[in-house]
Amino acid sequence: MPKAPTQVMKLTVDGRELAAQAGKTVLEVCRENGIRIPTLCDDPRLEPYGGCRLCLVQIEGMRGFPTSCTTLAADGMIVTTDSDEIVDLRRSVVELLLSDHELRCLSCDSAGACALQDIAYEFGIEESPYAGERHRVWDGIEDNELIERDYTKCISCGRCVRICHEVQGCDVYGYTDRGFEAIPNTPYASSLFAAGCEFCGQCVSTCPVGALTDMPSRYRGRIWETSVVESTCGYCGVGCTIGYRVKEGRIIGAQAPLERGVNKGNLCAKGRFGWSFTHHPDRLQTPLIRRDGELVPATWDEAVSLVAERLGSIRDEHGSDAIGGLASAKCTNEENYLFQKLLRAAIGTHNIDHCARL
Amino acid sequence: MSAKAPVEITTAEGTTAIRICTGSGCVMNGSLDVADCFEKTLEEAGAHETVRVVRTGCHGLCENGPVVVVAPDGVFYPCVTPKMARGIVEKLVTDGSYVMDYLFRPAEGEEPIVRYSDVPFNASQQRIVLRRCGVVDPEDIDDALGLGAYDGLKKVLGELDPESLIAEIKASGLRGRGGAGFLTGQKWRFTRDAQGDTKYMICNADEGDPGAFMDRSVIEGDPHSVLEGMVIAAYAIGAHEGYVYVRAEYPLAVKRLRKAIEQAEERGLLGDDILGSGFSFRVRVKEGAGAFVCGEETALIASIEGDRGMPRVRPPFPATSGLWGKPTCINNVETLANVAWIIANGADAYSGIGTGKSKGTKVFALTGKVRYSGLVEVPMGMTVRDLVFGIGGGCGEGLDCKAVQIGGPSGGCLPERLMDTPIEYEALAEVGAIVGSGGLVVVDQKTCMVDFARYFLTFTQDESCGKCVPCRIGTKRMLEIVTRITEGNGEEGDIEKLEGLAIDVKRASLCGLGQTAPNPALTTIRYFREEYEEHISEKRCRAGVCLELSRYVIHADSCRGCAVCKKHCPVGAIWGEMKQPHTISVDRCIKCGVCVEHCPFDSIERV
Ligand SMILES: Cc1cc2nc3c(=O)[nH]c(=O)nc-3n(C[C@H](O)[C@H](O)[C@H](O)COP(=O)(O)O)c2cc1C
Ligand code: SF4
Ligand code: SF4
Ligand code: FES
Repeated sequence: MPKAPTQVMKLTVDGRELAAQAGKTVLEVCRENGIRIPTLCDDPRLEPYGGCRLCLVQIEGMRGFPTSCTTLAADGMIVTTDSDEIVDLRRSVVELLLSDHELRCLSCDSAGACALQDIAYEFGIEESPYAGERHRVWDGIEDNELIERDYTKCISCGRCVRICHEVQGCDVYGYTDRGFEAIPNTPYASSLFAAGCEFCGQCVSTCPVGALTDMPSRYRGRIWETSVVESTCGYCGVGCTIGYRVKEGRIIGAQAPLERGVNKGNLCAKGRFGWSFTHHPDRLQTPLIRRDGELVPATWDEAVSLVAERLGSIRDEHGSDAIGGLASAKCTNEENYLFQKLLRAAIGTHNIDHCARL
Repeated sequence: MSAKAPVEITTAEGTTAIRICTGSGCVMNGSLDVADCFEKTLEEAGAHETVRVVRTGCHGLCENGPVVVVAPDGVFYPCVTPKMARGIVEKLVTDGSYVMDYLFRPAEGEEPIVRYSDVPFNASQQRIVLRRCGVVDPEDIDDALGLGAYDGLKKVLGELDPESLIAEIKASGLRGRGGAGFLTGQKWRFTRDAQGDTKYMICNADEGDPGAFMDRSVIEGDPHSVLEGMVIAAYAIGAHEGYVYVRAEYPLAVKRLRKAIEQAEERGLLGDDILGSGFSFRVRVKEGAGAFVCGEETALIASIEGDRGMPRVRPPFPATSGLWGKPTCINNVETLANVAWIIANGADAYSGIGTGKSKGTKVFALTGKVRYSGLVEVPMGMTVRDLVFGIGGGCGEGLDCKAVQIGGPSGGCLPERLMDTPIEYEALAEVGAIVGSGGLVVVDQKTCMVDFARYFLTFTQDESCGKCVPCRIGTKRMLEIVTRITEGNGEEGDIEKLEGLAIDVKRASLCGLGQTAPNPALTTIRYFREEYEEHISEKRCRAGVCLELSRYVIHADSCRGCAVCKKHCPVGAIWGEMKQPHTISVDRCIKCGVCVEHCPFDSIERV
């Protein structure tokens, strides 16, 4: 039974005594303390799963090799994370995964950001000793321009299935088939559209390999060629923390840092995929004022002064109720509050509405 | 009924009854028609008031179905046809005796055996779980009540509180028959002690092992023994709701179970306020779609909850967090069928049977290359040899027994020389096998052990749920290695690779399926390594089973040169002068085996 979260426990990991809050898993405690345990099916946004078997450890008093991602830390626990036996088992798991993986890293958009590649590198595995059948050829139809599925690279970690179910509540994916063929998929391998996908791209964000990729970003920049510029998404009042991937001064993709912001790694369809407007030639860069029938660029000072002046004269001539305001869902709560204050207190009208109400 | 009760199929009051098996096996052999014929003939003879036809569950000797036993004397008729039925009735009404010609004979020319309990197959069996199987009509609760059904429950509700009930089950030494052999009383204890108002009792009737039919037979033959066990278990743990998870491929079991639930509810033995005790327990039947992994308890729970049957990591164990996150006790059909007997007869009577840490009896589905196959129940501690030879009659056809696979695809194989191992949890584990759920496959010299391992691996690989890597991909790679060995493409080092991988899969897999799937491969390597080696280095399969490694030969000494084979060979691979021994060209032969089927002198063999 998990104890109250305030309680602090002591456990020993690889000979080090660590303090941990009750309710944390062994994996979380290790991560907090800089002890690296490889994982593939874990995502902090999701419930522990225990499927990839990479995070297995040894714990005194427990049989076999429990998975650290599913085991709650307990007071007095003695954990080993790096015995030869553990390392051998992990290596074997990675070798098995690689034996069923299309190693097309050369042109894979996930190269450099692929957990499987990283782990194979960590273990120094050049080639899997288990040559055998690889048959994850996917013959489903895809008719969207945002998410690409390539199950020849899928490692069946189930993260896409789980994020769609646990976080989005959409259940576009499920497991299909059994045995070697078991694979996450849409019902009857239908297109994502047909499966009711809302294209939030959360599955893309959690896929640790190149099985689910972001098509608008594709072939636009290697991970090591881009830098991440953190910002706040401008699409709505939630204000998600967003990291734009930037190459040579241009945005080529969006992601969200897992541990920060209100969104903790989650994004919606607009935030994730709707960044191309930034570099659109038609995008407004300055306010425009119509002069002699022509819209001409102006400064913010000029524009705001003009608006204030005109609103003032309309109110004076026709009364406050001649003016109405329509607020935007792109603004934050605070901005919307100030907007209605402007209308009510400064202009003196209750004519105010909001696009989210329409 | 005493603990020593042999297989006795008689009626209570000494009335005459014709008991015909209507378990799935015998139904397939036409027993329903035979039963109708019995009834019709009795009516015609005006004897339908005095002689009752009872459609029962399995008697055990399925191979000889439809099985008929006539009480009060227990006269046994195997393989009964409607025509035989008429003869049996005729004899019965005329002088109350039996038809000599229809009696069971162990072998052609041997003396017939009259009574069912005298058949060697039954001689050393001991029936607790199967106490009413083959005796009562499973669709008539009165039959079961007449033979003590629900007496255990009455005793529990009248005399025992949950604590002393758990103590009694613990004292009996009963261990789970679903595979793992966990102490049943202990499991009840954990579930009872778990925090929570709502608890569930689940009966696991998934039974997905190939060749296993113990649980199906129990439910088809005596569903009330299972229901009674469930109510008692529910009372012990404090559950008011329960499920029987039974595979949909068992339609007859499902039907009888539903009927039994209905009848038990009508009699106040199930449902609200059972027998006026204030204790309520409702049971629902959940039909599973037939995945082996759904027998694993956490996958079973996921399946009841409406998810895909995929195991979850334990802990938490179902006892603390099971169905819908509530404390849940899951017991196997056979485990539960023991419970009421223990209550009625006492823990001592039960623990008096068996040995050391393995008490009571165990039901086995005895199949494979054995003379008498079927459903058997034996006291724990009996040796595998006594079971296979004493009860099963050995391999037959003059072939030597080579090995037995105990515990299905999760179990291991035992070579003939280790068959004196007693049927006990610990003793079998020591030699690499398990008691398991009770599948027991006997193989003879004509079985290739590499191919045998391949068979089980094919099954487990197909049934892997795919959740975890070692099982999903590891069993596939193991299967590929074993397959290439059987196809003559094995390489030096393959055995070691297979062993290494097997150990990793066992250690790293999430659930029992992956943790045990390598057992058949590991035990066949352990006991029959030389067969693997022959396949690899000599490209030879001594059993002549692996097609790529075998060839067809004509034995010159028995070939009469009739040329029938030559005529049938589709590729013209057979040569020879009339009346002279023929030969098969190895190069041309496509190994279709047509020649073997046609040779009138059994001169052609695959070697
Ligand atoms: C792959 C797999 C399949 C299983 N199948 C069954 C089954 O068909 N029936 C069963 O009773 N137990 C089965 N079990 C065991 C159950 O998980 C569980 O241990 C058992 O139902 C508990 O009941 P018991 O304590 O009465 O044995 C299976 C286990 C595994 C790992
Ligand atoms: S598509 Fe990606 S996230 Fe989904 S199961 Fe495959 S590897 Fe995991
Ligand atoms: S061991 Fe096999 S059946 Fe069990 S969880 Fe893993 S993949 Fe599924
Ligand atoms: S991270 Fe624990 S099993 Fe995958």
